[in-house]
Amino acid sequence: MKAKTADKIATSIIMAVAALIVLVLAGLLGYILFRGVGHISFHFLTSAPESIRKGGGIGPQLFNSIFLLVLTMIITIPIGLGAGIYMSEYAPMNRITNFIRLIVEVLSSVPSIIVGLFGLLVLVNLFGFGFSLFSGALALTVFNLPLMVRITEQGLKGVPREQKEASLALGLSKWKTITSVMLPIALPVVLTGTILAAGRVFGEAAALLFTAGMSSPRLDFTNWNPLSPFSPLNPFRPAETLAVHIWKINSEGLAPDAGQIAAGASAVLVITVLVFNFGARWLGRYMHRKFTAIK
Amino acid sequence: MQGIGLSAKDLSVSYGDRPAVKKVSLDFAPKQVTALIGPSGCGKSTFLRSLNRMNDLIPNCTVTGEIWIRDQNINSPATDVVSLRQKIGMVWQRPNPFHKSIYENIAFGPRYHGVKKKKELDEIVEESLTKAALWEETKDRLHNSALALSGGQQQRLCIARSIAVKPDIILMDEPASALDPVSTAKIEELISELKREYCIIIVTHNMHQAARVSEKTAFFLMGEVMEYDSTNNIFTNPQRAETSDYITGRFG
Repeated sequence: MKAKTADKIATSIIMAVAALIVLVLAGLLGYILFRGVGHISFHFLTSAPESIRKGGGIGPQLFNSIFLLVLTMIITIPIGLGAGIYMSEYAPMNRITNFIRLIVEVLSSVPSIIVGLFGLLVLVNLFGFGFSLFSGALALTVFNLPLMVRITEQGLKGVPREQKEASLALGLSKWKTITSVMLPIALPVVLTGTILAAGRVFGEAAALLFTAGMSSPRLDFTNWNPLSPFSPLNPFRPAETLAVHIWKINSEGLAPDAGQIAAGASAVLVITVLVFNFGARWLGRYMHRKFTAIK
Repeated sequence: MQGIGLSAKDLSVSYGDRPAVKKVSLDFAPKQVTALIGPSGCGKSTFLRSLNRMNDLIPNCTVTGEIWIRDQNINSPATDVVSLRQKIGMVWQRPNPFHKSIYENIAFGPRYHGVKKKKELDEIVEESLTKAALWEETKDRLHNSALALSGGQQQRLCIARSIAVKPDIILMDEPASALDPVSTAKIEELISELKREYCIIIVTHNMHQAARVSEKTAFFLMGEVMEYDSTNNIFTNPQRAETSDYITGRFG
């Protein structure tokens, strides 16, 4: 009887906490979307911002965010996969490996403003990359990489041992076993994690303030020469991303509609991140079905 | 004698400091089924997994002693483990087909070992599935996922997969213990067929199964071989009291 009462109390407390979390989240999202969605239009998404007049858009910022994400992923995915495969399959079980694992954990919890300042000192000044998309991408790699390593490691660790043994027992090499048997099974996990990591990169601001910079040159979207300083594709130009833009107009925006622009941009950001998250879950489920069930 | 057998000489296996198999010496004849029986934890599976160096994967596991195939000691560091494993097939307790199509499950190994022509692969797939008594059931859906097969079919697919790379020896670790009686009967029938070509070593908990499928039986207890003789002798006229106690069900 007593155990039953305790069980009921515990259940209701847990339910209440869960409900509170959902409520806070729904309120937050609802507020951002409610304030911002009305301001989103094709013009808003595609045109350049105005510094003093009304009616500016977020076109270049949106482009910068996506381009920066692509650059970051191009750097992160190969390194992260490689390191994850090493940690899961090749690293001996000893103190050094555990130490590396600890360092990776620590790296992922470094505050992003610190990563940004590190980027300013080392990437922008010391290496002379300047305020550029490339510097920004490298800074984002610093805290995206640990996530990628951990996801890959966990994905591979989750592969049933019998699958690995079955491949080895057929006389296949370790590398072939990893690439042809284990990675396909781990792929849904790795892919879902990668997309979630991408969502985090997309919303990052603090690490980019001092690396990718707070301004963009007047971009010419008809210029596709990646070496030209006005081309949107040039990775060595400064680039203000959407999240940085929101921070900037909120703190020093002069346009009369700065508040609305910030709200609209926030809504765009939130929607994009939500799309990433739901997309990741859908894709993970889809791939899981594809790999395990009847074709 | 034709075919290739295997012999273990003074084979010991330990996990860290804990010995699991103690100086076991056994000879396995080609074209015969040898059953390894004994209570849980007696080291028979560990012994089996040492024969194709699968225990190399387990940290802290050390295997000492000699394993001879023809005139090669395969438990020496100089042995190329990867090519060795092609010669020794393995079947696990739970069916573990790859998450691929039925066709790919079979073709995967041979393709890696150098068979590139589609026609040859097709032949290997048909031959292996036929030998594993699975061809009739699967020939119309070779490109469907292997995971859609029933447990018994999956296990026969795993056997087909291992014979597709043309091994000399097949190790089976309780291959029927996760299956229903009908599927078990099919697997046993299959084992009797396969022994015409291969040296088969099977770990089993099922006394009747050992009696039905094997020519010779080794009784393991506490990491040692208590008795090794023809299956008939082991079950009708055991020399040791422990063997007799175990097979009559007094313990284990």
